[in-house]
Amino acid sequence: MNKLIGNFIQSNARVLDLGCGDGSLLAFLKKNNQVKGLGLEIDHQKIQKCLQKDVSVIDQDIDSGLSNFQDQSFDAVIMSQSIQALRKPEVALEEIIRIGKEAIISIPNFANWRCRLQLIFGGTMPVSSALPHDWYSTPNIHLCSLKDFEKLCIDHGADILDRQLLSFDGEEQSFMKVAPNLLTEIALYRVKARN
Amino acid sequence: MSNDSLGRVETKSFIHKDSFSLKSGKTLQGFEMVYQTYGELNEAKDNAILICHALSGNHLVAGLSEDDKKGWWDDMVGPNKAFDTNKYFIVGSNNLGGCHGSTGPNSINPENNIAYGSSFPMVTVGDWVKSQDLLRTHLGLPYWYAVVGGSLGGMQALQWSIDYPDLVKKIVVIAAAAKLSAQNIAFNEIARQAILADPNYNSEDKLPKTGLGLARMLGHITYLSDDAMREKFGRDMKKGEVNFSYDVEFEVESYLRYQGESFSNRFDAHTYLLMTKVLDYFDPAESHDGNLAKTLKSVTAKTLLIAFSSDWRFSPERSRELANAFIEAEKDISFLEIDSPHGHDAFLMPSETYDSAIETFLEKNE
Repeated sequence: MNKLIGNFIQSNARVLDLGCGDGSLLAFLKKNNQVKGLGLEIDHQKIQKCLQKDVSVIDQDIDSGLSNFQDQSFDAVIMSQSIQALRKPEVALEEIIRIGKEAIISIPNFANWRCRLQLIFGGTMPVSSALPHDWYSTPNIHLCSLKDFEKLCIDHGADILDRQLLSFDGEEQSFMKVAPNLLTEIALYRVKARN
Repeated sequence: MSNDSLGRVETKSFIHKDSFSLKSGKTLQGFEMVYQTYGELNEAKDNAILICHALSGNHLVAGLSEDDKKGWWDDMVGPNKAFDTNKYFIVGSNNLGGCHGSTGPNSINPENNIAYGSSFPMVTVGDWVKSQDLLRTHLGLPYWYAVVGGSLGGMQALQWSIDYPDLVKKIVVIAAAAKLSAQNIAFNEIARQAILADPNYNSEDKLPKTGLGLARMLGHITYLSDDAMREKFGRDMKKGEVNFSYDVEFEVESYLRYQGESFSNRFDAHTYLLMTKVLDYFDPAESHDGNLAKTLKSVTAKTLLIAFSSDWRFSPERSRELANAFIEAEKDISFLEIDSPHGHDAFLMPSETYDSAIETFLEKNE
């Protein structure tokens, strides 16, 4: 997955990773794309790991807003599988494309066939490798499908420049093109603000 | 946490003989600066860290002083501590205008051979940084690997990164702000008035201890959080019941009076006045029409900002403003807000998150 994201990033770009976790992605991009990276994270243990990796990180909750970032001040803003965990994904999307000249957003696909089967035949909320939590303890409060996310982009002023269809471990799977919304486990989008 | 202590540490003195011009336009005919060092300077001379003290601090950062008192940051500076003296050569100096050995209001004015007292010239954070740079040269250090400080000390670290971008690799700015708020200046003004209104202020043979004690009592309240005071004192009474008098009745009164009194015995009122002014005047963005991001453009140091959740003297929001200016200036910035019930004083106390953030940040990555 890091490599796929790296393909979307110019070298020496200024990159903001929203929900950067332990800083692995930014460390990877720093090494391979020579980016100037900044991460946002609220988990102090993960912040610690960022500092260990020499990744710059700000202790800030995305849900409390991103108004402290200037318009178009980053070449790329990354949000890796966390938009579904935000209180207001639509506001976050608008902010992301305001701050970044481009945005790279990945989502777990809730309309994947496994999820559908679990719900139809199991009668329970789907649990999978991409979505490993029980319904009551999941941080994922705004799950969506590829179709849902693409509609969000259209409705909130984002143009989709690229889309990659992946398995939960971040591998590209060409067979998913047959029926993306049914087969994809994780989708990776490159978007930007509509002119 | 380690119990390793540095033991008794010797205080050294740096004497600058040339005249030293201050931002106020005044000049000092040379100065003395006392300092201590901990740990060893390595051969490459790339492990020196300057620790800047806050309002009431001094150069006794770690180890034991001559009267066996622990340094003000001894919990965090020493072998295997957050600032590990096995790895770093750490320098703590007493700021000009101080009252613990460096040239200040208690020093003799060479022009008239009497102590400066209230005539000691106003100094600024910029003046301090300039004097610390002379100490750096005196110690033969090519640059500081890091400059660190909490509160007013953090402001010096910030000023270092702005004034001498080539001479500092990393800064850690803790529980500080890019400038004081009106509320902060207001607290300082009351502290000053308490001292200035003391009938012993500027008297020939008496010290304004009551005023200084009052100033400290006020300051002390702003260093603690509401919760910390509730936890520590609640409404506990000294004698268990009210006696309808103005004597000490509540524990918190007793505590504050004790703090005020002991402080007034070890600190100088002129220095206190001076330090509050240094705080009030601090505003590095002034040089760029108030634009902090522009002011920070020249900074090359990697920066770590730390704030504490219950600090209301220099609240986390002030640190976030500073962090945002660093982000806007496209600088290498990390910011951490640590949960602590201890208010502003939290910067003096070790905790797991706090210690390891500093330790990790100081680690050499190149």
